This record gives sequence, C-alpha cells and structure tokens, in this order.
Amino acid sequence: MTSLQSAIRGTRPLTGGGGERRPGPVLFLVLLWLSLVVAFSVLVTLIITIVLEGMPQFTTRLFTEYPASSPDEAGARPAILGSIWVIITTAIMTVPLGVAAAVHLEEFADPRNWFNRLIELNVQNLAAVPSIVYGLLALAFLSLLGVRDKSIVIGGALALSLLILPVVIIATREALRSVPLEIRHGSLALGATPLQTTWRQTLPAAVPGIATGTILALSRALGEAAPLLVLGALVFVSFDPNGLLSGYTTLPIQIFGWTGRPQAGFHELAAATSVLLLGVLLAMNAVAILIRNRFQKRW
Amino acid sequence: MTSITARKGGPGLDPGLPASPSLRGRRRPGEALVKLALRVAAGITVVTTLGIVVALLVPSLGFFAEVPLTDFLLGDRWAPRFAEASFGVLPLVTATLWTTVISLVVAVPLGLGAAILLSEYASARLRKVLKPLLEILAGVPTVVYGFFALQFVQATVLREWLQLPTGAFSVLAAGLVMGIMIIPTIASISEDAMSAVPQALRQGSAALGANRMQTTVRVVFPAALSGIIAAVVLGVSRAVGETMIVAIAAGNQAVMVSDPLQQGQTMTGFIANAALGDSRVGSLEYDTLFAVGLLLFCITLGINAISIALVRRFREAY
Repeated sequence: MTSLQSAIRGTRPLTGGGGERRPGPVLFLVLLWLSLVVAFSVLVTLIITIVLEGMPQFTTRLFTEYPASSPDEAGARPAILGSIWVIITTAIMTVPLGVAAAVHLEEFADPRNWFNRLIELNVQNLAAVPSIVYGLLALAFLSLLGVRDKSIVIGGALALSLLILPVVIIATREALRSVPLEIRHGSLALGATPLQTTWRQTLPAAVPGIATGTILALSRALGEAAPLLVLGALVFVSFDPNGLLSGYTTLPIQIFGWTGRPQAGFHELAAATSVLLLGVLLAMNAVAILIRNRFQKRW
Repeated sequence: MTSITARKGGPGLDPGLPASPSLRGRRRPGEALVKLALRVAAGITVVTTLGIVVALLVPSLGFFAEVPLTDFLLGDRWAPRFAEASFGVLPLVTATLWTTVISLVVAVPLGLGAAILLSEYASARLRKVLKPLLEILAGVPTVVYGFFALQFVQATVLREWLQLPTGAFSVLAAGLVMGIMIIPTIASISEDAMSAVPQALRQGSAALGANRMQTTVRVVFPAALSGIIAAVVLGVSRAVGETMIVAIAAGNQAVMVSDPLQQGQTMTGFIANAALGDSRVGSLEYDTLFAVGLLLFCITLGINAISIALVRRFREAY
C-alpha cells in the first residue's frame, strides 16, 4: 500500500454519521473482532497447553541426552543437531539458487519469451504443491541413484530445498521489484553494465526483503516434517550426525515420534520439544519482521 | 496468490528500452557466462516440476499395471497390506474431503472476518500489530498443531468437556485445527485483494449514504471477489496437502468416513504412515505410495487451475 493511500485511510470520512451505530453494523463489527479473538485465543491456548505439559521435561537433559526407552532419561540432542545440519545444508543449497533464479526472472528475462513465461507459471504452481510430494520426489531421486539408506542429511536437505525454492524465488522477486527503476537507470547512466548494476545497486538495496523472505522460508523448512517422514527420518538415532551422508533426525520428526508413543512421559517430552521448536521458529519470525520493519527502505 | 498480481512490463535493464543509447561498452564475456548461470538457476524450477511428474508417474505406471485404474478410483476398500489386498482409494478421498470441508468451515469465516477487519476497519497502527500476530499462526509447525489436535482438542475438548462419543482420533479434531492453521493464508490474501480496491469506490458508496458495513459487503467485497476466491482455493489446496496434523490426529484406519467423530486416513496420512514401514523399491507397496501421491498432485494441480480460471473470470480491473 502506498503512503498516500494510508494517509487517505487515516482521515477518510466514510459514513454520513447516521447508520454506523445501528444494531446491524455494530453486530457486524463485533463479529469481525470475534473472528480475530477466536484465532488468537486458539493460539494462546496452544502455547499454554504445550508449555504446561512440557514444563516438567524442559530441562538441560533435553539438550544433552539421546533418545531412550524411558522418558525420564531421554533427550533431543540428536534431533537438535540434526535440525541444525539439515537447515544449514538447505540454506546453502537454496539461497544462491533461489536468488539467482529471481534475479534472472526479474532483471534479465524478457517476459514475452515463452521459456520465461513457463518458468513464472511453473514457480507459482510449485509453491502450491503439497510438501509430502517433495518427499516422494526426493525418495524417487535417491532410489534412482541407488542410495540404500535414504535417511541421510543431504537427502532431507534436498527435499526441503526444493520445497522452499519457490518461496525464496517469489520473495526475492518482490524485494527486487520494490527497488525503484531510477536506481538502475542512474547506475546505467554512469556507465555500469546491467550486471554491475544488479550486483552493486539493485541486489544490495533488496537485501532486507530477501533476508526476510529467506528467513521465513527457512523457518518453514525447519518446522516441516512430512517430506522427511517419507524419506524415513523417523528412526531411533542415538548418535550425533556428523556429515552430509550421516543418518539424522530432526525436531519435528522427534516430536512426531514421541507423540505416537503410548506413555504420557513421552507426550511431555514431545510438548517440551515443541516448546523448543516453537521458540526457535518464533524467534526467526521475529527477526524476519524486525529486518523488514527496520531496514527496508521506503522509496 | 501471485498469479493475480499484474505482470510488470520490461524489467528496465533491457538494452532494448526506448531512448537508451548503447550501454554495452567493451565486451565482457564473463557477463554472458553469469547471465547463463542465472538462466540455468531459473530453469531448475522447471526441472523440479518435470522431476515430480516423472518421479510420480513411473512407479504409478507399475502400480496401474497390477491394479486397474477403475478399481483404484472407484473401489471403497483400502487395504494394501492385507493378504487379500484391495486398492480402492475412496476411503482416503472421503477422509480428505471431511478434513478439508471441516477446516474450511472454520477458516473461511474467521479468515474473511480478520481480513475485513484489517483492511476496512483497522487503523494503520493497529494493522501493524495485528498482522504479524496473525502470521504467527502460519508459523506454528504443523507437527505442533497435530500434537495440539490430538492432546487437547480431541482428548480434552471433544472427549472430556463435550463428552462426545469418539475414540482416540477423529477427523473433526484434525479438521478444526487445520482450519486454524489456514486462517492466515485466507486472511492475508483476501486482505491484499480488498486493500487493492480503489478508495474512490468506498468514497462513492459513502457519498450515497452507505455505512461502513454496507460499503464493505456491497462494494468492497464484490470488487475483491476474484482475490477472495483465490484465497479460499489456496486454502483448499493447503488443506488437501496438509500431512502432519492428519497423520497425528485423524487416525490411521482407512475406512469410509460417514461421521466426523470417526477416525479416518487421508491421502497424505496414508503416504506418511506407509513410508514409516520399510518398503522395497519396486515392490507394489512402494508403488502404491506414488500412485496416491500422483492422485494428490493431480487434485492440487486441478484446484490451482480452477483458481486461476475463476480469477480470470471474476476479475474486475481498475
């Protein structure tokens, strides 16, 4: 929204003053507020229930111990390390690729060219493909390569990379689009080549938007379990993952595994791990929003 | 959905822009190489789609060589692991339908309500607070939603408080929580659509003596209809593809669901559960995963196409 629009919004005299306080409009407004209240109260309830249930198990043991057959000895150390391994690998694979694809589409591609139109339509479609399908894709790919044990860090990262690639591309394109043309024209007028313009002017100006979009996409990947489940990541991992070909499990998978156990102690562990995961994700979201609000230039 | 945003014209760096002198300067072979690399990066997305299609189709062909397509699509008994195996996918489809419909019953009114409030009533300041809060709902991992659906909604609310006759799992609990998860999707896209309606329409409506509610319902809402439909349809496709909530809370018995308090297994739920077992590459069990995956992919692709068509049809251009 432009600042002009919001300026109008702030002062708009939208009614003649009469009908606004009649029962109909008042009820309407109450219902609107109610919809937000319901949504937020569910969120608050969710947070309270998992915090209450997880509190007894939210100890240092959660960070230092390995899964065990007794809930009072079990911890999520391999899941924490596995999540870190997978998410960093995913970021390394996705970010350069996604930004490069977005730069091509936004800065260099001729929108009339059929190939570029195909890519655009395709990115939109990919963003709507269910996450579990990416798991099947990675499963088929690893089978094709003859990988016997598909529960390896690089396999999971591959599925998650393909999953969030469209998200990163779309966010980066939006960030590039918000950089005004004048910046590019000024740079070109000074003799820079289009590529130099992109590298030295457009991309740096778009960094806050790209960072925000990327962090949100990575937080989605961090919370995602379905594709990894398909790749067989739900196994008893009692070692630290130590490389791209190492077996692993991640926090969401660990939560899923403990939720399925009958003993209440494991449910508490699942809740405690959920608190941890939710905390990390909310922190990432907060950072993303902070970057958006603080560093994004309004041209 | 990005398909509704207008495509921007030339990117502005084309040497072909009007009145631009030759900007080339000396030749830089490295630049052509970099541009090619950028092109390849963009092309990877197409490779991904082709990969998905091939990855799903090839095992599915193996599956349909053994199971006739009609048995698969029209059969009402899903028992792929039984000695007397049966591959009728309808139980999975009905369970998916139940969870999707229940989630929409929750998400559409609440999402639209939130969108109207944010776009038509809230001040810029309030919006700045409420929007990120709403986005938190989208940031909660689905496995946590699943845990919440199973432990709180199903066990505490439905069974303990409401005393409903239901077991450990139900499609109702999964659908309700899924609805909460989808609210931000529907709210943010319809809010964008409504914010894009020109201010002049609202002022015209107010000038004719309409109050805010009348303006919203009779002017803004119809004008933003294409975007709102796109939002709802995207919500549908998220509900159909959602996996972890249903895998945890909807149960894992593939039966024809006729009552929301029953448990049921959705298409995604089946894939997630079947993948837990160790199925050999090339076995019928392995191929079954991909056949269901293919059906899921086709359904979401179809929904997406419907959304694009609807948006074109109802689009009001300003």
